[in-house]
Amino acid sequence: MSSRDTILKAIRNSQREATPLPTLEQNWLRFDDPVAHFTTVLQSVGGKCIRVSSTTEIDEQLNLFPQFESASVRTSAVEGVGKPTVNIDSINDPHELENIDFAVLEGQIAVAENGAVWVTDKTLKHRVLYFIAQHLALVVRTSSVVNNMHEAYRQLSFESPRFGAFVSGPSKTADIEQSLVIGAHGPRSHIVFLVDDES
Amino acid sequence: MTHLAELLEQFEENATKLGATVHWARDAAEHNEIVYGLLRDHDVKKLVKSKSMLTEECHLNPFLEKHGIEVTDTDLGEWLVQLREEAPSHIVMPAIHIRKEEVGELFHTVLGTEKGASDPKYLAEAARNALRQKFMAADAGLTGVNFAIAETGGFVVCTNEGNADLGVSLPKLHIACMGIEKMIPKPEHLGVMLRLLARSATGQPITTYSSHFHGPRPGAELHIVLVDNGRSNLLASKEFHRSLNCIRCGACMNTCPVYRRSGGHSYGTTVPGPIGSILAPARDAEEHSTLPYACSLCGSCTDVCPVKIDLHHQLLTWRREIALQGYVSLDKTVPMKLAAALFRRPWLFRLAGRVARAVVPWLPRFMLYNPLNPWGRQRELPEFPRESFQQAYARRQKSSERGS
Ligand code: SF4
Repeated sequence: MSSRDTILKAIRNSQREATPLPTLEQNWLRFDDPVAHFTTVLQSVGGKCIRVSSTTEIDEQLNLFPQFESASVRTSAVEGVGKPTVNIDSINDPHELENIDFAVLEGQIAVAENGAVWVTDKTLKHRVLYFIAQHLALVVRTSSVVNNMHEAYRQLSFESPRFGAFVSGPSKTADIEQSLVIGAHGPRSHIVFLVDDES
Repeated sequence: MTHLAELLEQFEENATKLGATVHWARDAAEHNEIVYGLLRDHDVKKLVKSKSMLTEECHLNPFLEKHGIEVTDTDLGEWLVQLREEAPSHIVMPAIHIRKEEVGELFHTVLGTEKGASDPKYLAEAARNALRQKFMAADAGLTGVNFAIAETGGFVVCTNEGNADLGVSLPKLHIACMGIEKMIPKPEHLGVMLRLLARSATGQPITTYSSHFHGPRPGAELHIVLVDNGRSNLLASKEFHRSLNCIRCGACMNTCPVYRRSGGHSYGTTVPGPIGSILAPARDAEEHSTLPYACSLCGSCTDVCPVKIDLHHQLLTWRREIALQGYVSLDKTVPMKLAAALFRRPWLFRLAGRVARAVVPWLPRFMLYNPLNPWGRQRELPEFPRESFQQAYARRQKSSERGS
């Protein structure tokens, strides 16, 4: 018998009375002002949230950040934003993205509960960008802010082969004597722009 | 858990549809062979791993190294432990037993950082740079799995450092190794699970990166290895099957007074702490027979467990089980029997007490502190009182009666 069948058989033999699946229809956490809550939580996990009325304001805000000013290699997936020096689509081997200092990328959903933003590789050729850039800015529509994870999952579908992740703040570690250090392997800083303009 | 077989089949079917290859391994040896086979076929010389207690449980690293493959653990804590040629001492914070000065020493030798450095920021930066090179040079990435979703055929990996994503988003081969108990039915259940995991593990509202992998990257391969290694036995056990619900958050060890005093290495198992003391004897009751006895039965672990495993009850049940299987050593059973005989006969107990109070203070040291009394190796007996509690109480009663 193959290992697969052995394992499945062993499991079936020990199967006890089935427990019904619990329902997720509950009154989950909601906030009076989800945007404000998102901003506070994101700050508590080491990120920063800036609300702008349209994408044209983003560069102006970015200029205020020294990590953007001093970045020599920049890339962007948002039209007209982030003063890119590298075009993502012209690169074939993701290893070549090693030296990206600053990346401006899109996020789909922002979750107030935990400050996380859902990102995917649907329109992005190299998903490694979310993790390899020294500094990261995500651009999300203000209307995509949801209260909690349950609302977020209701919007997600996983039918086609795809990568997606909830990212909440910059990368971090507390592995050296439990002192928190921001910037473990991934980005050292994390800014989320909430854009009011729908166009 | 009661639908595990169906969930696994459903997962296999959906994962395959998405273009992943699913493998099944009965035990650690088969798991290691599968992983090595994949690496060999893809001509992999350098592998980057992100946190996976399962591969630790299977002792994958030494196995692959024997076959000439360079393995790098990229979680900072695991890497520290690997450089020191030790085993992790905690499931969420593997290097919790290492002081920052020791990290400084280690990096000075291995990476050539400044001697005597102990600033965590400086040291983490040095590690970041060294490990970046490993990520760049790797031919394949291996990850563990936090949750696998039956309905979609995908799985989720949680890290705070971003190491899992860096490790598998660059090379063309991603191997994911998971125990069969990691299944959840639907993606919406993640909303609850991710919250529980992060809160109980580190107190964060969510782990920094919760990455959902559904099928391979374009032009790359994804292999998923499902490992049993004793889990189906555990599922069959009436008493212990609930321990498979564990999401490895580490809360029970953080709260455990015994773990906090003794540290993770003293358990001699991959998963330490309360949950480890349940899982280990399930694998080998004789070898790990003493673990359930180290527990004080304070019940704190059961209080904190986010998935409500009745940890201290299971530990107690293990004691009975181990006793029934005859793995309790004579130095425990003989005194226990004597004590039972004594406590069952109040007259004998009183007599023994009186004799002890009269005789023990006059005994020469060698009779009290000898190899038969390991308790006395580092301790002194307290001074013996002149009368027993019963006598003292009776006397007090009498005098108060007289006083009233
Ligand atoms: S037994 Fe419970 S508290 Fe302990 S690691 Fe597992 S889930 Fe966490």
